[in-house]
Amino acid sequence: MSIAAAPGRAARPGRRPNYRLRKVLVEIGSVLLGLVILVWSLIPAYNMLFIALDPNGYDESAGVLWPGHATLDAFIGLWTGEVDDVEYFWQQFGNSAYIGLIVMVLTVLIGSFASFAVSRLRLAREWMLNDIALLTYVIPSSTLVIPFYRIMNQYGLMDNPWAVIGCEVAFATPYAILVLQHAGKLIPIELDDAARIDGASAWQVYLKIYVPLMAPALAAIGTYALLFAWNDYLYQYLFLTSTHHATLAVGLEQIFDDDDSPYNYMMAMSVVYSIPPIAIFYALRRYMASGLTRGGVKG
Amino acid sequence: MTDYALPRISANRPRPPFWRRSLHGSELAWAVAFVVPYLAVFATFVLYPMGYGLWMGGDPALYAELADDPNYWKALVNTLVFVGVAVNVKMLAALLLSGFFMRKRRWIKVLLVIYILPWTLPAVPAYVSFHWMFVSQEGLLDVLLQAVFGIDGPLWFNSHWLALACNMASYVWKWMPLWTLILLAGRMAIPEELYDAAKVDGAGPPALFFRITVPLLANLYLISTLISTIWTVSDFTVTQFVSDGGPAQSTYVLATLGISYALDLARPYLGVAAGLSILPVMIPIVILLMRKLRNSEVQL
Repeated sequence: MSIAAAPGRAARPGRRPNYRLRKVLVEIGSVLLGLVILVWSLIPAYNMLFIALDPNGYDESAGVLWPGHATLDAFIGLWTGEVDDVEYFWQQFGNSAYIGLIVMVLTVLIGSFASFAVSRLRLAREWMLNDIALLTYVIPSSTLVIPFYRIMNQYGLMDNPWAVIGCEVAFATPYAILVLQHAGKLIPIELDDAARIDGASAWQVYLKIYVPLMAPALAAIGTYALLFAWNDYLYQYLFLTSTHHATLAVGLEQIFDDDDSPYNYMMAMSVVYSIPPIAIFYALRRYMASGLTRGGVKG
Repeated sequence: MTDYALPRISANRPRPPFWRRSLHGSELAWAVAFVVPYLAVFATFVLYPMGYGLWMGGDPALYAELADDPNYWKALVNTLVFVGVAVNVKMLAALLLSGFFMRKRRWIKVLLVIYILPWTLPAVPAYVSFHWMFVSQEGLLDVLLQAVFGIDGPLWFNSHWLALACNMASYVWKWMPLWTLILLAGRMAIPEELYDAAKVDGAGPPALFFRITVPLLANLYLISTLISTIWTVSDFTVTQFVSDGGPAQSTYVLATLGISYALDLARPYLGVAAGLSILPVMIPIVILLMRKLRNSEVQL
């Protein structure tokens, strides 16, 4: 099956193609493409690791592909927190994890509740919820942050992680709802009806039928929300003003802005910053994969 | 068997509208209880700030001031170029690569796992890494160019267009895997029998792609592009960290310009107005998205 790998190499219909030659060419082409994808995907991550391992943090590059004397000094310094710019690293890490995990859980709960109420309990037409969710996207979030800045003072949430959590949940849930609304259509509503006839309450239907059958979509949504929170910089930078509440994104920006900061610490920080979302994504991938292939049943 | 013995089973049977349906008592209470958390979040964190933002940017004098500011026009052009080029390049590449990842080879499955990495890498450290690759004279990128092609890399952030291209490349790197996964799922949902039947009829790979894959993925592709466009317009991080607006703030997009007005110039009203000036693009996109999602069945 080489549908789209190399459409240009196909023999014209009506002529006997040289199948063996074509197969070899397609194989070679796909291996070359694979190599390009490999390098393209890994270069920035490698660059991060490469500078983090460099013993001389102020001279971030010396025209080489691998540091001459790779050391783990930067990571050890990060661990002990004895270097000036990274002394709050673990606090920032904890703040990021706190915000990320709460955004993940709340987005999954709030999004699935709303989708369940509308499409399974038949509270309203499905498009109504979709349209409300999409309204969120009309004004760019990078613009909305300016009125938010004043509103957070009104709400009394300035320099409070919940200001960031509220905004991130509000911006992550619309996409969650769109995905869940669609995924829910693949589960026959007759399952709910059968449970209802047996006397199940709405909550039991949600817990015993909806959640288990929607697990792949919920895992995908959870990963999306976590990455959304982990990617965000603007809201965390503007709302979390004290050292006590700063997150990794904010801490990294401070080092980035400070010209005297050692690059190897900055990159070591980046590497550790990147590990949790990668770990969670690859842990949840199994659930999501079954969700991806299930679409094939629909036909 | 007679007709009445077979109740029609369908997940999509028409349902009566909510005002004519008998949802009452504890049923109604449950349904409302389930939807209230989202409505509360929507009211406090979307509706009210939007109203506040529209009020802040309501003064026509602000837009007259923007029209007189050459920086505004530069940022507007940058935003339109960024969205127009980067989103489409990314989606087209994602469409083609999703076909590559459909191939049934073990090493391609492994490669897919690596290919997802940029999406899982947090934006700030990834873009900081890009920044250092571009900005330093002997960074990894320049070393690679020297080693593979034997050429010296240019000064990436010295020219406006090159710096904008760097931002766009970093953005494509970060977001292409997500859309490749979504289009890959869309391709997997196309029954293989369609391809088999077409192949029996003598269709070659181009015909399979243009006559089966393209029409069946068209809706998903369009919806994905629209959502991606919306998200990209509000992307602040990529410009802030990759080129840092350089050279001389010439690569600012509306997202970074608005924040710069609000913070650096202490003009929050002007900042909101700069962001709201893109609404003539955003509103039609959102309306089109609403209509598309109402009428079509796509798997996001």
